Amino acid sequence: MSEVREIDYTGSERLTMNMGPQHPSAHGVFRAILTLEGEKIVAVDAVIGYLHRCHEKLAETLAYVQYPSIASKTDYVAAMASELAYVMAAEKIGQFEVPKRAQYLRVAVNELQRVASHLLWLGTWCLDMGGALGGGTSVFLYCIREREQILDLFESLVGARLLYGFHQVGGVRYDIPTGWVEQCRTTMDLIEQRLGEYESMLHDNAFFEMRTRGIGVISSQLAQDVGVCGPLLRASGVKYDLRRNAPYSSYEDFEFAVPVETEGDCHARYRVRMVEFRESIRIVRQVLDGLPEGPISSRPGVKSLAQVKVPKGEAYARVEGPRGEVGCYLVADGTNKPYRMKWRGASFSNLAVLPHIIPGVTVADVVAIMGSVDPVFGEVDR
Amino acid sequence: MEIKPPVPVIPAPVWKDIKDLQEWQALHKQRPATGDKHSALFEQMTEGIHSFPGGFVVTTLADNFFNWARKSSVWPVSFGLACCAIEMMATFASRFDVERLGMVPWASPRHADLMIVSGTVTIKMAPMLQRIYDQMPDPKWALSMGSCANSGGPFRHGYHVVKGVDRVIPVDVYVPGCPPPPESLLNGLLLLQEQISTFRRTGRRPAPNEKVD
Amino acid sequence: MTSDRARALLSQITGLTVADGGPAVTVHVPTEQLASVAAFVKETIGCAFFAFSTAIDHKADGLETVAYVENLDDNITVVLRAKLGAGNICCPSLVPVYRGANWMERETYDMFGVQFEGHPDLRRILLSDDWDGHPLLKSYAVDTPYPPYR
Repeated sequence: MSEVREIDYTGSERLTMNMGPQHPSAHGVFRAILTLEGEKIVAVDAVIGYLHRCHEKLAETLAYVQYPSIASKTDYVAAMASELAYVMAAEKIGQFEVPKRAQYLRVAVNELQRVASHLLWLGTWCLDMGGALGGGTSVFLYCIREREQILDLFESLVGARLLYGFHQVGGVRYDIPTGWVEQCRTTMDLIEQRLGEYESMLHDNAFFEMRTRGIGVISSQLAQDVGVCGPLLRASGVKYDLRRNAPYSSYEDFEFAVPVETEGDCHARYRVRMVEFRESIRIVRQVLDGLPEGPISSRPGVKSLAQVKVPKGEAYARVEGPRGEVGCYLVADGTNKPYRMKWRGASFSNLAVLPHIIPGVTVADVVAIMGSVDPVFGEVDR
Repeated sequence: MEIKPPVPVIPAPVWKDIKDLQEWQALHKQRPATGDKHSALFEQMTEGIHSFPGGFVVTTLADNFFNWARKSSVWPVSFGLACCAIEMMATFASRFDVERLGMVPWASPRHADLMIVSGTVTIKMAPMLQRIYDQMPDPKWALSMGSCANSGGPFRHGYHVVKGVDRVIPVDVYVPGCPPPPESLLNGLLLLQEQISTFRRTGRRPAPNEKVD
Repeated sequence: MTSDRARALLSQITGLTVADGGPAVTVHVPTEQLASVAAFVKETIGCAFFAFSTAIDHKADGLETVAYVENLDDNITVVLRAKLGAGNICCPSLVPVYRGANWMERETYDMFGVQFEGHPDLRRILLSDDWDGHPLLKSYAVDTPYPPYR
């Protein structure tokens, strides 16, 4: 027997709405169960785990020479960052040397990856806010056009477009081919010029301003408490960048600025990322100018699975990925496989802030907030 | 009403003996001479279209016509699961541009013909995937993209991974790779179009494609 | 505040063992003191940033929870480790101190079955609610089949 209820004409009746897991603007398999009061959201239950691929358990069964190429599948939009975190954790425990040239190459590919990842973010975010931008598809198509240029660079370097397996414990696997440096410089010049075009499309766009200004504000206290990192943390007024505060892989050799905004809203995150684009391009140019000669790995060639053995110990290595702090916590027991491995996914912590900021906004703003958080669900669910 | 003699004799339909289209055309060429108005009209129209610059006439079976329409406007549901979804997006976007093959990524399964299963299917996702597949109207096709969707791929041994999407929904085309580059996916989509062009409503699967099987 | 000062402050609290060396300040905390030590670390040492928390399965020696918290201004990392002991799966929750512990502890519960006392919403996060077992325990085989889809 269902209960007969009177219709509530005051409009305070609550409606539960399901968003996802197949939703074009959820950036993956994310499900949000929203409780609405009219158009306003009063509560949200975020359901994740639709892409839980058992990374941490599988890492216990795979050797140190095998896992880096699987590590790239955690954050698949920025595969280089997660690979680097894993090999850095193993190098930290084993105290393996990394040649200077390998460190520079790591910096180069990570910064290229940041540009590629941010391009995808900008494109999909504008696509999500779609019609309001007067044809949001155009920004998406332009961004993908430039992203393909960077993927071409990766393809000629590694042979793969998306998931690389470029890093290995002790260095990198491939050296740059002939003509790569020139191609890279041309691409960087091109992208820097095109960034201005995107900004001119978005900068004074009234709709863009309306959809992003003052939406989804994260205070610096909330951001730190939840563990929000990367561009979101910097947009909330905390000047913290691992490349500057805890340099790894020779980042101390390069000059770059760390952008900080204090508003903490979607527009602040957009501004931070737009500056990061240019700083990354600047770092890539510095790497290409100062690339030292020498070996690319202290342990070249993979002959057997037992080639890399790591002594007993544990380490937490973290890198500044495009989405923030990608950390790998590794416990080794002296064999060629880790005893326990934990991913600290940047997107996992960034997404955990949603239940704190979504209540109070309208349904349309959820899309804008999700896009500005830029989650990658491979990293959230692992 | 009673019919009085002479009872009109209806000739046996000539088309019953016709084997192919050439015979059909040849028959229509002769019939205007016998005073058949329909054939005369047909003749005039054909002549008119042929004399139009670039004009031509194709006669075909209704099935082939529908299949031609089906394969020229396959709308994939924009349904990304994992890493392969990024390559799928790249295929939909500027450089590879599947829209020239008549494909429009559509956000609603209710209007879509094709599901590109792009990525690892987990045990938590499988019921949702099945539901989205069920929501698509017939006729519908499924393309399994990447090693994970084909067989579980590198995550096959994981406790939370379905070892191939064909354990959940029927699959028409498998595209290998981890992830398959857009060229690979395009090849798969072209193979799918080829398969759609021989689509029959009998429910039987078409004969194996010699190019791939 | 520096790492050395943090070490000195923490070693004054009875019951704690502060490990020597390393860039991070590693503290072994008895389970019952975990919440109060976390509050102390947040208030006094200024570690407002919650990096992550997880657990390790030491087979016969039982579970151990690990939490990384950071002071972003002074670059101090404090590692709070608590051994639960063999057979024990109860641990005080850090959610009252750090809101970021909410999802992290749900994940730890999901993967290891650690019961966090004081957690507002302790349910599975990655796996579905009807899942049997806790996968990251060493006793759980990686290819354990699951009935409908295997």
